[in-house]
Amino acid sequence: MIRKLFDIIANNAVPAIFILISAFAIPLSGFSASYLIQELLTRIGRNSFLILSLLIPIMAGMGLNFGMVLGAMAGQIGLLLICDWGVVGIPGMVLACLIGTPIAIVLGIFCGHVLNRAKGREMVTSYILGFFINGVYQMVVLYLMGWVIPITNPNLLLSRGYGVRNAVSLMGIRGVLDNLVPTIITGTEGANQFLNINGAKSFLLLQIPCLEGSIRLPLGTFIVIALFCGFIVWFRKTKLGQDMRAIGQSQSVSDSAGIPVNRTRIIAIVISTVLACYGQIIYLQNMGTLNTYNSHDQAGMFSIAALLIGGASVSKANIMNVFVGVILFHLMFIVAPMAGKNLIGEAQIGEYFRVFVSYGIIALALVLHAWKRNREREAARRSLRGNKGGE
Amino acid sequence: MTNNNEPLLRLDHIGKEYYGNRVLSDISFEVNSGEIIGLVGENGAGKSTLLNILFGMPVINSTGGYEGGIFIDGKSVHFTSPNQALAAGIGMVHQEFSLVPGFTATENILLNREVLNGSLMSYVFSERVSTLDREAMQRRASTAINTLGVNISPDMIVSEMPVGYKQFIEIAREIDRKNTRLLFLDEPTAVLTETEAEILLTALKKLARSGIAIVFISHRLSEIKELCNRVLVLRDGKLITDAKTEELSIRQIASLMVGRENSRKNDEEPVDTSSEEPVVTEDLNETLNLDPKANKKKKKIKPALKVEHLWVDMPGETVRDATFEVMKGEIFGIGGLAGHGKLGIPNGIMGLYPAGGKVRLFGKRLTLNRPRVALNRKMAFVSEDRRGVGLLLDEPLDWNITFTAMQTQGRFLLGIPYIFQMRNEHAMAKEAKKFIDALSIKCTSSKQKAGELSGGNQQKVCLAKAFVLQPNILLICEPTRGIDIGAKTLVLDTLKQYNKENGTTIIITSSELEELRSVCNRVAIVDEGKIAGVLPASSPAEEFGMLMMGQKHINNEEGERTA
Repeated sequence: MIRKLFDIIANNAVPAIFILISAFAIPLSGFSASYLIQELLTRIGRNSFLILSLLIPIMAGMGLNFGMVLGAMAGQIGLLLICDWGVVGIPGMVLACLIGTPIAIVLGIFCGHVLNRAKGREMVTSYILGFFINGVYQMVVLYLMGWVIPITNPNLLLSRGYGVRNAVSLMGIRGVLDNLVPTIITGTEGANQFLNINGAKSFLLLQIPCLEGSIRLPLGTFIVIALFCGFIVWFRKTKLGQDMRAIGQSQSVSDSAGIPVNRTRIIAIVISTVLACYGQIIYLQNMGTLNTYNSHDQAGMFSIAALLIGGASVSKANIMNVFVGVILFHLMFIVAPMAGKNLIGEAQIGEYFRVFVSYGIIALALVLHAWKRNREREAARRSLRGNKGGE
Repeated sequence: MTNNNEPLLRLDHIGKEYYGNRVLSDISFEVNSGEIIGLVGENGAGKSTLLNILFGMPVINSTGGYEGGIFIDGKSVHFTSPNQALAAGIGMVHQEFSLVPGFTATENILLNREVLNGSLMSYVFSERVSTLDREAMQRRASTAINTLGVNISPDMIVSEMPVGYKQFIEIAREIDRKNTRLLFLDEPTAVLTETEAEILLTALKKLARSGIAIVFISHRLSEIKELCNRVLVLRDGKLITDAKTEELSIRQIASLMVGRENSRKNDEEPVDTSSEEPVVTEDLNETLNLDPKANKKKKKIKPALKVEHLWVDMPGETVRDATFEVMKGEIFGIGGLAGHGKLGIPNGIMGLYPAGGKVRLFGKRLTLNRPRVALNRKMAFVSEDRRGVGLLLDEPLDWNITFTAMQTQGRFLLGIPYIFQMRNEHAMAKEAKKFIDALSIKCTSSKQKAGELSGGNQQKVCLAKAFVLQPNILLICEPTRGIDIGAKTLVLDTLKQYNKENGTTIIITSSELEELRSVCNRVAIVDEGKIAGVLPASSPAEEFGMLMMGQKHINNEEGERTA
């Protein structure tokens, strides 16, 4: 009984801590509800797709796919090229995806093969693999672009004539998906005010009484995310999804049942990498600027941290975890700097939390996972003995 | 549907050699549909090799294939992968479960044979993107489970099932394969309770009536007797007997398996001798509390080690409930089939695996799960895992020999304890030299690395390491595993001599019954994690055989239950 209670607490410890921190920090920050909701909606749109791309490898028992940064890099290469070619708007995003997809597939297959040689150590292997591919990416972007790969736009290139600048403006595609279906949520009073300012532009206007101010809803992105969720739900029901679940639980049993274990694992990683590529493109269209040499680095770490905060573990994650995680993680990021400033006059504390919490949560999740695995193994051993011989 | 003149499966003079080592020779038998055949044999009799050949395991091909022919319905077949055997209608239920723990019964029964909804996507990509038809799957699973005559919900998660259910799920999976006509069951009842085993046997009989042939491998001879039409006895890679079950008594089967002195008599007169059996019970009661009479040197008989209700969670060698006493100055043997827990007992007592129960050492309780405590109480242990646990392979011999003594008893050290200490190389080399001479360990010097020695010499180093501790009790696992015959005798003689000279109590665990009988005063036989009985070493081999086959358990518990 006590053990069960303990299990429940241990299983939900991480989200509980975050809810608690937020509960204290929100009033301290003094932000208004509409501001918080606006910020959260933006961030859900920005990050969810990236985090969702992590689900399939977890299902296949390959743990948290730190290798998703490979996909992010593929997406960025696509974005750099469309920037150079001057393709803007939705066609620009689609073209970036089309360029990124084959690169992501190749990287995913490579990653899958490497991980098949490092069974049981997928996470650390994919993490280090991320660094390795980062080196290749830097070589391509820093030396080959503008030299081997033609880049004509001088705004993209470093003054020496080859290599891409550190910061690239993505004005051409900024917010195109978010604003594909422009949607505003306002209170009753805010509606008229809003129309006065923006005139007769066509907006989808949602009214919620007793809401102050107005909130922009990135409906286009939300639709894409909803489609993706639908894809995952469908995927779990397919034979391939079933095979991945089986492999995730026992590779040897799946193998003896004739499921092609290695091939299926590669497929899982390829799907994840391609989706991470799209996720990064969606993320960057919201941000509007590309940090050529850093954007992808953070993508993996923060996505994984958010997923874990949502209550996922190394071996179990679902769509709920993604959204709970993205809300809790970013809620804390929004309120922590202000709360820190109001509390001890130091806004830096928020930034400190950001890094500390991300790494801390990942470490905690890994420790919890190992601890749980050990306990399961012990229980399995005990069950072999049956009830004979006492405890 | 099949040719009536030809048996379902016919083996014709099957033989197999591993690296010049003959493990199977001249095995010929037939299996007809609807027949239940019992296959029995000791460890190493060749059962698993025979199964590997039948299922086309890669290990067979990679070691040069096999001799003879296999015929199904009279057609010669040669499987090179287990999948081919499955396709030909041969199913196999393994000893260890191959189920996905988090899946339901349905999902496991239909693993990789799921019923799929047709969809357009499956034409574009592959079948794998079709969704599963859960309802149809459930129907098929229920049918398979019902065929067995058990009541298990198809939605039950496997990890939440009692062990017995898992076995049924495994069998249901084989039945669901439409073409399965021949089913091999490897020790299916080993993990079941008596009632569960009972249900399983009934289910198997029912299956056989539907025309499926079953080959049943078990060491529980009473089950073989109850279930099987025919029994095949394998010994040392040869088929000793192929007879109707009615023609043999359990006792005869046991002695055929163990072979040796008693087998000859029985081979010649396979008559019904079931009247002999009740004798076993009486023998056991006499021998259980037997004094080590054979050891004349020691007069006072005090238990050196008293073990009560010991359990050990050693993977693959689980001990469930072991109770026995070892007398002071005795050489005590622990034998039994592999996987039944004989190795778990010494490993558990020494604290190497999680254990519980009561262990008393010279009357004083021993704290379990703490190897250091066991060592401090002057127990020494020679592990069966010589290269893993026993030796520091990359270190010189003198280090190896004195290592445990240095760590636990603070010997072979110079300096002030707790403040500054260093190795006393001179004393270490001297001690090592002493044992190298005494045990005639073949090495270049005491500085040679332990990993470079041959198996027999490594084993001697392990013994020396234990002797240096000057133990009161010496626990030795598999002292002669993997070493040649000359070294074997030397190792065993050394143990005997050490026992005689120092009066040290020695507990030897070994798979080789003959070896135990030649060295020990008494031998305990472990069966399914329990002590099946303790016999004086001079008891006839078939008595030990009966204990190993789980026979005496039954005779003890329900005296009248004999075949």
